[in-house]
Amino acid sequence: MDNALNRSEQSKLAHHKCRSFYRRHRGSVLPGMINLLVLVALGALPVIAYLDGQIFWLDVATRLVILAIAAVSLNLVLGFCGLASFGHAAFIGIGAYAVGIPVYHETYGGFEMIAGYSGWWHLALAIAVSALFALVTGAISLRTRGVHFIMITMAFSQMMYYTLVSLQEYGADDGLSIDLRSELPLLNLDDPLHLFGLCFASLLGALLLSWTLVRSRFGKVLVAARSNEPRLKSLGVETYRYQLVAYVISGAMCGYAGALMANFTVFISPSMVEWSRSGELIFMVVFGGSAYLFGPVIGTAAFILLEYFLSRFTVYWHLPFGILLILVVLFLRGGVSGSIARLFSKRSAVSNSVSVNSTSVAEGSAPAIQGSSQARGEDTP
Amino acid sequence: MDYSILVAQAINGLQLGVLLFLLASGLTLTFGIMDLVNLSHASFYMLGAFICASLTLWTGSFLLSLVLAIVLTGLAALVIELGLVRRLYTLPHLDQVLATFGMILCLDTLVHIFWGPAGIVMPLPAWLNGQINIGEIVLPVYRLMIIAVGLLVAVLLYVLVSHTRTGMLIRAGASNRTMVSALGVDIKLLFSGVFVAGSVCAGLAGMMIAPITEASIGMGNEIIITAFVVVIIGGIGSIKGAFVAALLIGMIDTLGRAYLDTVFAAFMDTETAETAAPAISAMLIYLLMAVILAVRPQGLFPPRLR
Repeated sequence: MDNALNRSEQSKLAHHKCRSFYRRHRGSVLPGMINLLVLVALGALPVIAYLDGQIFWLDVATRLVILAIAAVSLNLVLGFCGLASFGHAAFIGIGAYAVGIPVYHETYGGFEMIAGYSGWWHLALAIAVSALFALVTGAISLRTRGVHFIMITMAFSQMMYYTLVSLQEYGADDGLSIDLRSELPLLNLDDPLHLFGLCFASLLGALLLSWTLVRSRFGKVLVAARSNEPRLKSLGVETYRYQLVAYVISGAMCGYAGALMANFTVFISPSMVEWSRSGELIFMVVFGGSAYLFGPVIGTAAFILLEYFLSRFTVYWHLPFGILLILVVLFLRGGVSGSIARLFSKRSAVSNSVSVNSTSVAEGSAPAIQGSSQARGEDTP
Repeated sequence: MDYSILVAQAINGLQLGVLLFLLASGLTLTFGIMDLVNLSHASFYMLGAFICASLTLWTGSFLLSLVLAIVLTGLAALVIELGLVRRLYTLPHLDQVLATFGMILCLDTLVHIFWGPAGIVMPLPAWLNGQINIGEIVLPVYRLMIIAVGLLVAVLLYVLVSHTRTGMLIRAGASNRTMVSALGVDIKLLFSGVFVAGSVCAGLAGMMIAPITEASIGMGNEIIITAFVVVIIGGIGSIKGAFVAALLIGMIDTLGRAYLDTVFAAFMDTETAETAAPAISAMLIYLLMAVILAVRPQGLFPPRLR
């Protein structure tokens, strides 16, 4: 079946490559350097500030980096598959509770099967449970498309929210303080520098993983399914399986971010899973530029810094933030990364790279109402 | 089992269902006709509650404030539609979700600026504050009135949508927008009208719930999700679906919270039942939606498409 795919796409791809190779690369070197610069600044500046005695910025940066991992994970499904999950906060919650619950039982006894301080155990638990949750909910959710997918993922995350609220032993609504951070060899997570180092390395790992995925054959199927799923299916590719695997990887990565988050805040509560959290994650991805590998990082940085500066400026900071959100949607197509890409490439290159990236997401996530039900009819396996 | 409590719970469930219908009817129409996912729909619910509450405190007359609040909420909706929402209709759903999420933040903060962070308690006139006793069964007059108003609006909407020329255009719009505009109908006017009418319905729901809870910031953010559940279950664009699903969800949610622990206790020990029941009852409606989406993605009563 893959040969069929290759043969029919080959000629078109080759033609496309020759025509636009030069133009595309001229347009991507400068943005790439900007991304690298942002990454270096993100890694170095807070550490320098910390060594200079300003502890605060390291805190901001650690939160930023952890949320960036979550945003990168969301981008795997939202950007590259064109599936807008409105429930990724659930995975952060799972990851956080996968740290909180074992620590709680190790300290106060009971439930010895999962009790423990070991960081390996926490991370393994976070990843495994998130992956399992993603597998079960994804298997059901992926039967739907468009706005139904948004709503069904939100429904599952609400179920997770109410489950956490009902956990009386772990503080229910009020949440639970974590007495001890995860124990890892060579690292002492009580030291802010070590924690930041771990989070930053994890972000690099997450970026590397999604880069590898997107460039692999697996990733090419995802991107192809985003722009034209019926065509891929008619070529014999089981897109459903590919998307499910992507969803599971994304969920596991987001759960990992949740485990880091618990180690950062040393406090877990159901409010981590509120639907507005998922909304914020989507904002980070879209603002930075979905379908760009580095977009979520830029979006998260923008979100955190905006939140910080606006809330210092006025208690009513939600107002300018909301206005900005609307303006981004109306005028900043393709997010910051898309705008940078446009800035550095000539008009022709824009029509090649940006339109391939952003409008196909638009098609994938927003079929017209008439079209969507027809497509669903064909889609349902 | 105590039947007077069962009746009281059923009344509560019906009242919730009717409120959900008021919210969901506007939501399902904007969704079905304009193809707009409007997260900020419940902001008008909040806005209606605040306007009506402060007008009642100011004028002292509940009915007068209700009428004035309906007009003001409609005007606010019109301004927002002309200024912003109109530009969103053609955007992808994800962008609409983000933009209307931004609108929630803006409207919440504006209400915060005008009315302060605390909620407003709305007084209820004496003639609505009583209750009717039938034997042991106690029926609060105000809740009955909410149900009556909700059903009245449902009937009005039904007549409007099924038996008038405007309604014909609305139904046609839900089936095939492009065709309607191609036939020379002023689609912009139709869209504005539907948006304002839907927002007024949402505002009306807020006005009526305000005396029971109170007008507070963020009161819409909880219920909007439930209203979306109603829209999805009922079928996007279907008033009939919204009505059936709203009553279903209202009943399931209320009765689930009241009786699920009793049901569970029948086949497990009391302690487990008491811990499991609140969680399960809170997620009951989401379970229902997930099942319906998985089995019948188009909802219970999807509008016929061409």
